[in-house]
Amino acid sequence: MALATRTPTKAPTPPAPGPPRRRPTTAAGRLWHSTVGKKAVMAVSGLIMLLYLVAHMIGNLKVFFGPDEMNGYAHWLRTIGEPALHHGWFLWIMRPVLLLALVAHAVAAYQLSRRDLAARPVGYAHRGRRSSYATHTMRWGGVIIGLFVIWHILDLTTGTVNPRGQAGHPYENIVASFQTWYGNVIYIVAMLAVGLHLRHGFAGAARTLGAGGRGRERAWTLAANGLALILTCGFLSVPVGVMTGLVD
Amino acid sequence: MNLTLRIWRQRGPEEPGAMTTYEVADVSPDMSFLEMLDTLNEELILRGEEPVAFDHDCREGICGACGVVINGEAHGPERTTTCQLHMRHFRDGDTIDVEPWRSAAFPVVKDLVVDRSAFDRVIGSGGYITAPTGSAPEAHATPVPKAAADTAFENAECIGCGACVAACPNGSAMLFTAAKVVHLNSLPQGGPERERRVLDMVDAMDAEGFGGCTHTGVCTTVCPKGIPLASIATLNREYLRATRKGAA
Amino acid sequence: MTSPNSFADYRVGEPLADTKAPTGPIAERWSRRRFEAKLVNPANRRKHTVIVVGTGLAGGSAGATLAEQGYHVVQFCYQDSPRRAHSIAAQGGINAAKNYRNDGDSVQRLFYDTVKGGDFRARESNVHRLAEVSVEIIDQCVAQGVPFAREYGGLLDTRSFGGVQVSRTFYARGQTGQQLLLGAYQALSRQIAAGNVEMHPRTEMLDLIVIDGRARGIVARDLITGRVGTYLADAVVLATGGYGNVFHLSTNAKNSNATAIWRAHRRGAYFANPCFTQIHPTCIPRSGDHQSKLTLMSESLRNDGRIWVPKRPGDTRPPAEIPEEDRDYYLERIYPSFGNLVPRDIASRAAKNVCDEGRGVGPGGQGVYLDFADAIARLGREAVAARYGNLFEMYERITAEDPYRVPMRIYPAIHYTMGGLWVDYDLQTTIPGLFAIGEANFSDHGANRLGASALMQGLADGYFILPATLADYLARHPHEEVPAGHPAIAEATSAVTERLGRLLAADGDRTPESFHRELGELLWDECGMARNEAGLRKALGRIPELREEFWRRVRVPGSGQELNQSLEKANRVGDYLELAELMCLDALHRTESCGGHFREESQTPEGEAERRDEEFSYAAAWEFTAPGEAPVLHKEQLTFAYVHPTQRSYT
Repeated sequence: MALATRTPTKAPTPPAPGPPRRRPTTAAGRLWHSTVGKKAVMAVSGLIMLLYLVAHMIGNLKVFFGPDEMNGYAHWLRTIGEPALHHGWFLWIMRPVLLLALVAHAVAAYQLSRRDLAARPVGYAHRGRRSSYATHTMRWGGVIIGLFVIWHILDLTTGTVNPRGQAGHPYENIVASFQTWYGNVIYIVAMLAVGLHLRHGFAGAARTLGAGGRGRERAWTLAANGLALILTCGFLSVPVGVMTGLVD
Repeated sequence: MNLTLRIWRQRGPEEPGAMTTYEVADVSPDMSFLEMLDTLNEELILRGEEPVAFDHDCREGICGACGVVINGEAHGPERTTTCQLHMRHFRDGDTIDVEPWRSAAFPVVKDLVVDRSAFDRVIGSGGYITAPTGSAPEAHATPVPKAAADTAFENAECIGCGACVAACPNGSAMLFTAAKVVHLNSLPQGGPERERRVLDMVDAMDAEGFGGCTHTGVCTTVCPKGIPLASIATLNREYLRATRKGAA
Repeated sequence: MTSPNSFADYRVGEPLADTKAPTGPIAERWSRRRFEAKLVNPANRRKHTVIVVGTGLAGGSAGATLAEQGYHVVQFCYQDSPRRAHSIAAQGGINAAKNYRNDGDSVQRLFYDTVKGGDFRARESNVHRLAEVSVEIIDQCVAQGVPFAREYGGLLDTRSFGGVQVSRTFYARGQTGQQLLLGAYQALSRQIAAGNVEMHPRTEMLDLIVIDGRARGIVARDLITGRVGTYLADAVVLATGGYGNVFHLSTNAKNSNATAIWRAHRRGAYFANPCFTQIHPTCIPRSGDHQSKLTLMSESLRNDGRIWVPKRPGDTRPPAEIPEEDRDYYLERIYPSFGNLVPRDIASRAAKNVCDEGRGVGPGGQGVYLDFADAIARLGREAVAARYGNLFEMYERITAEDPYRVPMRIYPAIHYTMGGLWVDYDLQTTIPGLFAIGEANFSDHGANRLGASALMQGLADGYFILPATLADYLARHPHEEVPAGHPAIAEATSAVTERLGRLLAADGDRTPESFHRELGELLWDECGMARNEAGLRKALGRIPELREEFWRRVRVPGSGQELNQSLEKANRVGDYLELAELMCLDALHRTESCGGHFREESQTPEGEAERRDEEFSYAAAWEFTAPGEAPVLHKEQLTFAYVHPTQRSYT
């Protein structure tokens, strides 16, 4: 019927009673300024680091083939891209990418965590069965992993804290590190944290990036669990190998 | 049966609150949880004390007005609304903790009553299809595939009770927002506003102070209408899609 | 029998006429009215403020539409959000004469069915308009994204409902009311966000402000702060729903109440046919004195369930142990052609009769069995689950009994009120500028409402009818400011605060709930499914006593300056205690049976309701005089030029 109607859809700034809107104009700005977008940044940066971890884990397994294989592999890494790239450049390209991913991931996590904590200022007197287990493992797990990365670089990249610390001999440095009790403890704890972090983070990242529709939820959860298990076992096989004498 | 209730009492938004203990005798297992609170309130009135304030209306599980946290769980041990929870799920001699929804975006008004108007503002920011009265085309002009209609319905079932926010350790309203976005974005009628809707609603959600999603999944386990976690994935996908398309 | 009380000595006043209804062929009346209605210049609409009270299907759709048209809308609801109004609980569906099934439906047939279903106590013009508008409602709702059930081809599915022979009911599983309401709520939310609707949730209308004979505003209490405020406007629209909660136990939401329409009635709006209440036959019986409300289950259950009670009174054996020969399938026995599918009022009364004979089942003997054993044997458990699974689940959650194994127990409950504020064709009450829409008015359902018609009427009023007729009123009454400090404003405000003060000060020894329960039981017994003179006179004697006791003995803790749910409740009960009296009087004066109103004195030899058209073919509109004093009856004669009155027969 012909009732005259007015559609204020294009009203420039509706005098909304809600808080004022300020939507950044660029896609990147918009992403960074919304909780959903920031999660997407975390998901992408997390996946970059995950890819790196997969490669790293596979590389680590070289340790089981003896010092020559391992040290040769470490040397080969520096030659990737030659002759187009100069010696070592590949690693120096990778490092800022990883650093950027790490920083983005950590800053976003920090900002979102602060926001999340502020969104629930008062807890429940009755602690429920369903605790915030996943959230806690992500936050504290992330911190543990972050600290471990520093240790790990000082241990096996710069050799600063490594008992042997001989550049160009990663095999020997690895064995030396895992022959100390603290080296093992730090590494094992960190790798378990990585596993737990991945287990929740991978499925979460999939959902954040919009995968995992109806019916595929379970598939993503299984994939996350499998991936976490494989990576954790792969990484842990090295110290276990050293401890059991399989690698020496 | 006889029960001990520990109920959050708070006179007003700015007043301090505390858990207060009450004994309720002769509770019938056929009572709903709210009828049990009614019984307590009748006694309190006769004793000259102020009855416990709580929101409720239809008592059929559809209006979404009621909702308290019972023993740490939103709407209590059964997956239903508080009004449809019956006392047969408790045992004689139980101590039951009753608390209001806790979230920065849902400030306590009095006792168990909270202010959920943030939800209304999220809907007002884009949770609609612009269709002024009288302008509608013939209903059969646009067939809607049954699958789309079913997805829309499944998400449209949300009753806006706020249990998802109350249960989420981050006080996140992602499930609520996702349900509306998926409902409307699944339908051809919702197409023209598809990008604008998701961007505006996520902005409004963030502006209300809800936390972000960390994929704990607890929101769907307490949702009386079973809105699936997959809807959050769809919301994320819609958001990233809209960002990519650069919708203003 | 001479009446001991003065309230029953009502006076018959001037007959009432609906002056707004156009004459001419019925199918052209609505378009004629719209053409004759004056329009408000779009540029001037913003200057007009319209108050809408209530955000259900009628109020929500009206508020959104008026705001879209450019009026300044100020809207109220007592709930914390406009999305929670009780329209949300409607399960079944919404009728529309779309004839998508090509099964012979038409506007004409929906009109005919509704007039007949209303037992010839509704206005033909209004009902025809409702049937016309029904098709637009579906278009509107689909455009808003209401997810109606669809077939695999993507087109809308329909089903047949409430005993009609065409499939014209559109539905969204068992949650049609919810989906339609959310559609209206979303449209309203858009207008709120755009600043065109000023929404006041948790604010309850407690009085009407009438200035120079016109409705100019309301007095409302902010339920959070307790502040009693006045809101002024050019017109006031009441969309506050029905008054079924006067019975205490009903399928209405706990806080649904009659205060807004009752206060309007006290300010001069006539109240029509208050005794026309509808009882729904398939509700879950009460489980004890703690019962706070009743839950309805869809009537569709009667399609496959068989209703029975034991033949012998006082037979307390569990149902499984009662052999076939000791069971009385009373509906199939009394109404062989319709069996378990007889209309709501007949099924309800039959259930009451067998329970009165002592053959009721379950706690208190207030229930009858609805047995699916035969259906499960015939169709298989899966087919039954596919049709009724969610209802069975709901039943089991509430009763802890498994309907697949044990027959369900059902009992009738108050469900809908056809009576309400008298309105003319423009939906305007007898107070100029005061409009009533949806269940709050009396207009379209006569003495009985058909299934799936309440949603249709609410949305028809709000989306399509009111916006057109209200414009005519506003165009004829250019905006003029209410003088600040007008004595009527102060009078209404102080009446409200004084009344609240009295409730808080009574400091008695009974809770508001206890009065409500007592009143409800009295009404259910004497003015419920079957009424008679002696019972109604008894109720008319008791209600004033109860009212007096209420104001003396009620106890309301706390203060008025805060959220005080006892105070809200007490204030509503105070109004029920007045409305109940009018209901009983209306039931007493209407000595015929019609639709939901069954007078035991007026029945056929077979025990069926007997209408007396020569005496009662009118709408009874009551004018308020003073509290507790006899009202004045104004009769609006009903004429039936298109559907000839016939006696219903279902035997």
